[in-house]
Amino acid sequence: MKLLIKNGHLIDPANGQNSGKDVLIEDGKVAAWVGRGEELPADVEVFDATGLIVAPGFIDMHVHLREPGQEHKETIASGCAAAVAGGWTSVCPMPNTNPVNDNAAITRYMIEQAERAGLANVFPIGAITKSSDGSELAEMGEMKAAGAVAVSDDGRPVPNAGIMRRAMQYARDFDLPVIDHCEDKSLSSGGVMHEGKISLLLGLKGMPALAEDIDAVRDIILARDTGTHVHIAHVSTMGALDAVRRAKADGINVTCEVTPHHFTLTDKAVEGYDTNTKMAPPLRSQEHLEAIIEGIKDGTIDAIATDHAPHHADEKALEYDRAPMGITGLETAIGLAFNELVNKGVIDLVRLVELCSVNPAKIFKLAGRGTLVPGSIADITIIDPNLTWTYHNADSRSKSRNSPFDGWEFTGAAVATIVGGRIVYRR
Amino acid sequence: MDKPFRRRDLLGIRDLTAAEIVGILDTAENFSEISNREVKKVPALRGKTVINLFFENSTRTRTSFELAAKRLSADAINISIASSSVTKGETLLDTALNLDAMAPDCIVVRHGSAGVPHQLAMVSRAAIINAGDGANEHPTQALLDAMTIREQKKQIEGLEVAIVGDILHSRVARSNIHLLTKLGAKIRVAGPGTLVPTDFQHLVPDGLTVCPHVEDAIAGADVVMILRIQTERQDAGYFPSLREYSIHYGLTNERLDLAKKDAIVLHPGPMNRGIEIASEVADSSRSLILDQVKYGVAVRMAVLYLATGGNPSQ
Repeated sequence: MKLLIKNGHLIDPANGQNSGKDVLIEDGKVAAWVGRGEELPADVEVFDATGLIVAPGFIDMHVHLREPGQEHKETIASGCAAAVAGGWTSVCPMPNTNPVNDNAAITRYMIEQAERAGLANVFPIGAITKSSDGSELAEMGEMKAAGAVAVSDDGRPVPNAGIMRRAMQYARDFDLPVIDHCEDKSLSSGGVMHEGKISLLLGLKGMPALAEDIDAVRDIILARDTGTHVHIAHVSTMGALDAVRRAKADGINVTCEVTPHHFTLTDKAVEGYDTNTKMAPPLRSQEHLEAIIEGIKDGTIDAIATDHAPHHADEKALEYDRAPMGITGLETAIGLAFNELVNKGVIDLVRLVELCSVNPAKIFKLAGRGTLVPGSIADITIIDPNLTWTYHNADSRSKSRNSPFDGWEFTGAAVATIVGGRIVYRR
Repeated sequence: MDKPFRRRDLLGIRDLTAAEIVGILDTAENFSEISNREVKKVPALRGKTVINLFFENSTRTRTSFELAAKRLSADAINISIASSSVTKGETLLDTALNLDAMAPDCIVVRHGSAGVPHQLAMVSRAAIINAGDGANEHPTQALLDAMTIREQKKQIEGLEVAIVGDILHSRVARSNIHLLTKLGAKIRVAGPGTLVPTDFQHLVPDGLTVCPHVEDAIAGADVVMILRIQTERQDAGYFPSLREYSIHYGLTNERLDLAKKDAIVLHPGPMNRGIEIASEVADSSRSLILDQVKYGVAVRMAVLYLATGGNPSQ
């Protein structure tokens, strides 16, 4: 079975490719790039990509798929359906399932559920500590063998620097990046939004930016000490971003990601007390948002990741300070990246593909992904940069509806998603 | 949510214009005389239903709203839910929709979480009146404080007002800061550094100063407003002891002497005598604490009247 993606504009930054080229897919792999006018092989299904961008499949480094344990919020199947509808060919679920993904059996289960769903690839992230309770190291070697691509305790970041240091030393043996959600909870606990003028105005308890800064600086010092690759999740403050920028200049093995909501919204969105503006890290003030945009522009930020965090409507229909943290993000990420970054001239399409595909593949060492060079896996995201569309929570493929972007209009969308050579989504 | 004809929410002072505030105060002044009559009842809200929905303990505010509703001939019902509805497995939304289904004209809500009145207003057809939400706002308290000040000082513009105590967690302070600065007063706030963030300076465009010491705030003030100190803040580590609080931040006669000769003292109640306010100050002629309670009923009559469709100053 052969598929030819014809008349598209191929962007493959890993190979410096940024021009019209047709891509021939055979047996789930990229078989060849075909120049215009070259003769076509026979018996080929043709996908007409006229006016469209053909890019290596987008990889979301940070999602919550809630399975096992909280299937009323999301399942691996529903999460993968939302992923491919948003243009993501691969997603990397955090381990805060119930039970926690702290052993190979759960890692394997997640991958098998994804195979059953047959939509996006799922590359699980294992826990750093057993039950993510911050005390004993989880079986990282076994999880890696089962398919885990990194370790993290995400929303329950390891508070003890001694244990974090040991985790980094141990993760290095298995070449696993350590991802940290940087938040010193002794400074932020009980907080429900960014601490600043707006939190004072609204009478809500704040989470100071410095809670993120302090933890990021700690992790960078530990990364320098251990030599382990540390990846800072959803960086949201100028302090943390500056720390990463300096660490990179010093040659420390550190990378970081940003979420679409942190480059789009500020804490002003919390006025009105919509619980779909509540997440960790919180929406920051304008100065932080501007610093984040600068970090995307200057290359300090390596990746865009959604932190897709589905919660059932009943759970979000609570008082602001009682509602759970997190918003969905898989289906709005590309729209937001176009609206806020590409269409405003912050970045070009090549950089967008680096942020969403090339760099995530590199950080998680996903062989044969993040590129469409012949021989690589045929995970492809096809984008219409000119399509204007409106996102509605009611149409979401996720089981949850907790997005603050309901009713937003975007220009730029994924119009087809190909995973392993199969078209799994078409707009 | 579109409200039925002329029904209006009162969610906070922050959203009001100076003219709207004055309109409420003028209406309250007209209503205040009713409480002095032999028969303390007028038919203004006959046939209307007011639900007092209190998720937090309150005697003074709930009684004040209930009396206000009854003196206007409304049917008033009190619902006290000691803890949040969450503990019963009902969401805030469900509680609101259930009450709304009984077609009340007005829901007066107090809740420990900021923003609950705003969330209810989104789904309820009844007018929502905020009777205190977390650390956000307590608009009727600020209105009754303003009425007390206006009765005494004739006008609010140009007055210097000191607000002392736990500013960080105080909805009374927030509503008063919005109201008094909108009407042209200058406000100085002070208290322990842990409870008075310097960022507070930016809460309103101008007219607000954060002072390093209580004495700086009180010096030359026309009005000294003392906030209740929640004793549980000590356990949370905001200050070392009530004893130290009373010595360094409490309003004593000596500190009050720094204010203008004719300065008045306000306290939203209930008072911790001997902690944030010395008894000799609380019981002195300069203290208008009971006037505040008295004007509270008139202000709430005005608010209920306007929220259910009445015109200002009629």
